[in-house]
Amino acid sequence: MSCCAAGTESAAELQALETQAPSAEEMWLSSRSLGKGLRQVDLIVPGVHCGACIALLEKELPRIKGVDHARVNLSTRRVSVVFADGVARGEAAAGTQPAAARDASTETLLTALGDRLLALGYPAHLPGGADETSDPAMRELLKALAVAGFASMNVMLLSVSVWSGADAATRDLFHWISALIAAPALVYSGRVFFRSAWSALRHGRANMDVPISLGVGLAYAISLHETITHGDHAYFDASVTLLFFLLAGRTLDHMMREKARSAVRNLVRLSPRGAMVIRDDGAREYLALEEIEPGMRLAIAPGDRIPVDGRVVSGCSDMDFAVVNGESAPQLVEAGSLAPAGTLNLTGPLVLEAVRDARNSFLAEMVAMMEAAESGRAGYRRIADRASAIYAPAVHLLALGTFIGWMVVSGDWRMAMLTAVAVLIITCPCALGLAVPVVQVIAAGRLFENGVMVKDGSAMERLAQADHVVFDKTGTLTRGTPVLINAEAVTADHLRLAARIARASRHPLSQALAGFDAVNAELPEFRIRETPGEGVEAVSPSGDVYRLGRAGFALDESEQGAERAADASQVVLSKNGAFLDIFLFSDQLRRGAVQAVTRLSSLGLDAEILSGDREAPVRALANELGVTAYVAGVRPRGKVDRIKALTAAGGKPLMVGDGLNDAPALSAAHVSMAPASAADVGRMAADFVFLHDSLEAVPLAVEVSRKAGSLIRQNFGLAVAYNCVAVPAAVLGHATPLIAALAMSSSSILVVLNSLRLRRKTRIEAFAKPAAARPATPDKEARRLEAAA
Amino acid sequence: MNTLIFLIPIALFLGALGLGAFLWSMKTGQYDDLEGAAWRILDDDDDRPKPD
Repeated sequence: MSCCAAGTESAAELQALETQAPSAEEMWLSSRSLGKGLRQVDLIVPGVHCGACIALLEKELPRIKGVDHARVNLSTRRVSVVFADGVARGEAAAGTQPAAARDASTETLLTALGDRLLALGYPAHLPGGADETSDPAMRELLKALAVAGFASMNVMLLSVSVWSGADAATRDLFHWISALIAAPALVYSGRVFFRSAWSALRHGRANMDVPISLGVGLAYAISLHETITHGDHAYFDASVTLLFFLLAGRTLDHMMREKARSAVRNLVRLSPRGAMVIRDDGAREYLALEEIEPGMRLAIAPGDRIPVDGRVVSGCSDMDFAVVNGESAPQLVEAGSLAPAGTLNLTGPLVLEAVRDARNSFLAEMVAMMEAAESGRAGYRRIADRASAIYAPAVHLLALGTFIGWMVVSGDWRMAMLTAVAVLIITCPCALGLAVPVVQVIAAGRLFENGVMVKDGSAMERLAQADHVVFDKTGTLTRGTPVLINAEAVTADHLRLAARIARASRHPLSQALAGFDAVNAELPEFRIRETPGEGVEAVSPSGDVYRLGRAGFALDESEQGAERAADASQVVLSKNGAFLDIFLFSDQLRRGAVQAVTRLSSLGLDAEILSGDREAPVRALANELGVTAYVAGVRPRGKVDRIKALTAAGGKPLMVGDGLNDAPALSAAHVSMAPASAADVGRMAADFVFLHDSLEAVPLAVEVSRKAGSLIRQNFGLAVAYNCVAVPAAVLGHATPLIAALAMSSSSILVVLNSLRLRRKTRIEAFAKPAAARPATPDKEARRLEAAA
Repeated sequence: MNTLIFLIPIALFLGALGLGAFLWSMKTGQYDDLEGAAWRILDDDDDRPKPD
C-alpha cells in the first residue's frame, strides 16, 4: 500500500494513539530475551506507510544508546527493536529474576525509545493481548497444505497414466510408488483432522473431521490391499487430493477465526494501580488498589484516573465521565459529588473519600458485565458447525448401509468395502468445507477495501441476521469532539488570542480552540491560571486581564446577558471584564449518518438511539435523523438491559457504539460495530471496526454480509445437488477411482467459482475514499527531523 | 519401462525441490512482510547531501 492509496489508517485512529506512549515498565514487560544480553520489544506503529518511513525508523532508532537494531514490518505496521539488556551480565550471577533485573540504564533506554518514536511523528503502542504475529497453528496448516499439494500432484500424475491404460506391470509399479508417496503425506498433513476427530470421538461426539479421517484412512487401507493383491482400483489419488482441498478450506477458515478478545483486560488497565492516601494526621502514603478501604481519604491530582468510587470531600474540578456516559464534554464536580472509578480528573486537585473498595467499584462492575455478556454470545453456533452436525451421521449411515447392502446382495466383502469407500470419498465434505470459508474470506476482503475490518467469520453470519440497530450518540452518530462553528464570525485577532490562552487548558472546548493557535503569532507572555469549572485567566505583562470561559466568569456583572445561542456550547473572551468575543461550539454529525439510517431502514433494520447524554440534544439529533425511538441518560447497565430486552423479544440487535460505556452493550449484542476512533476497549469488544469517517460503512457491511450469507447457502445447495447425483451412482457401485476424483475436484472448483462472484462486484464505495486531505504530517515531520540530524 | 526408471525419480525430485523451497521460505520468514519488501528494494541506502 502506498501513501496515496485509500489508507486503512484513519486520522482519527492515529489521533487516538497520540496521547500516550507506553511506559518503560510496560515495554519491559512485553519484551522478550533473545539471549546474548539482547532483548526484543515489538511495538505497533500505525503511522508507517511507505519506504521513507521504514528507512527513517531503521536509521533513527539505533542512534539511541543501547539499541542494537530496529526492523520495521510494513504489512503488520510493527517495529521490532532489539536492545542491549543492561544487566544481562550481572543477572547470570544473581540468579534469574527477570522483572527485577531491570536497571536504570534500560529504563532510560526504553523511555528514550518511546520519546524518539513520538518525536519522529510515529506514536507507538504495545500490541494488545495475545501476540498476533506468530501464529503456530497457521504455520502448521500451511506446511501441511504444501506437503499435501506436493503429494497430490505426483500421485495424480501417476494415476492419470494408470487411467489412460498402463499395462499390468506398470500399473502395479505406479500403485506402489503412489502408496509410498501418499503414506507420509497422509500422516503429516492428515494429523490436523485425525487429532480433532479423535478428540471428538473420545467425547462421544461426531464432527466434520470424523468422516474425513475415516474416508481418507479407509481409502488408503483398501487401496493398499488392492495394490498387494494386484487389483486395479486404487484410491491413493482421491485420498491425498481430498486432504489437499480440505486443508485449503481449513486454512482459509483459520484465517477467519476470531482473535483472542482482550477487551476485559484493557478495561482493568484503566484503573490505576494505587492511590495517594491521606492519613488522619495528614501524612501521605501511596497504597495499592486492594488496600484502599471505604472511608479513606485520597488525593487525586489533575490528569489522574479515579481509583475507586468516591465522594468529593474538597476541591473542585472538571471531570471526564466518558466511562460512564460516553460524553466528551466534562462535568463540574464539587464537594459532595460522586466520582465513579475509572473517570478522569482533568483540571483541579481533589480530595476524595472512598465509598466502596476496588472489588465493588463501578469499573469492576463493568468488567463483570462484559465477562457475562461475552459468555452469552459464545452460544452462537456457526453455520458450518450446524451443517456438519447433520451431515456427518448421515454420511456414516449411508456408507455403512452400502457396505451391509452389498454384503447381503453379493457376499463379496472386498467389493462391498470398495463401494463403501467410494461412497465415503464422494460424500466427503470437500465442497462443504470450502463453501463457508471461501465466501467469508472474499467478503472480508471486500469489506476491508471499503475500510471495514472483520474480527471473525461468524460475525458476518450474525450481521446478516440482524434486524434492529442500536446507535450510541456521541462519537458514533456524531464526531464526539466539539468544533468551533463561528470561526468566520469572530475577529481573527481575538481567535489567535483565545487560542494561545486555551493552549494551557485540558478542557475539550479549550483544546478545540487551541487548534487555531499560530506559532509565530506576536503575543505577549501571559501568566495563566485555570479555575476549574469556570475558565482560564491570563494576565499580560502590561497588566491587562484576559478571561476565557463561561459568561459569568469572564464578564463583569454589567456586561452579562450576552446569551446568544442556547443550544451550542459557548466560550466568552473578555478583556478586563469587557466583552471581546464569543466562540460557539457544536458537536457535528458524523459524515453519512443520515444516509446510513435511511439505507438501514430500507434494508429492514429499525434504528434506535441509546445515549448517556441529556434529553434535549438526543431529541434534536433523533429528529434530524428521522429516528423515532431514542432513550437519553442511559448508564452502561441500562444499555445492556435494553439490548437484552431486544434479544429476549426474539430480535437480533446490531449495536454500533464507540465509548467505554458502550463496551458491555457491544459484547452483549448479537453483533456489534465500532468506529476506529473508539476507545480501545470498544474496538476490542466489537465484531467489526470501520476505519473511515463515514457511517455508511454500517449499511455496506450489512449488505455484504447478507450477500455472503446467500452465497453460502447457494454453495450448500450446489454441494447437496452434487451429492444427489453422485451418491446414488456410488452406492450402486458405478464409481471408479477416476469418476470419484473427477467428481470431487469439480464440485470443489464449482463452489470456489461461485464464491468468486462476490469479488466481481467489488468497487470502492465513494465514502471510503480518503476525505479531503489526510494530513501527511508524519512524513513531513520526519523529513524535517532527518534534515536537522 | 526403461525410461520410467529415471523419469519418475526426476519428477519426484523436482517436486520435492519445490516443496523444500516453500518450506524453507516459510521458515526464514520470507512471507512476514510482503509490503515492506516492495519498498525496501527502492532504497539504495546511499542518500547523502550533495557534495559542494
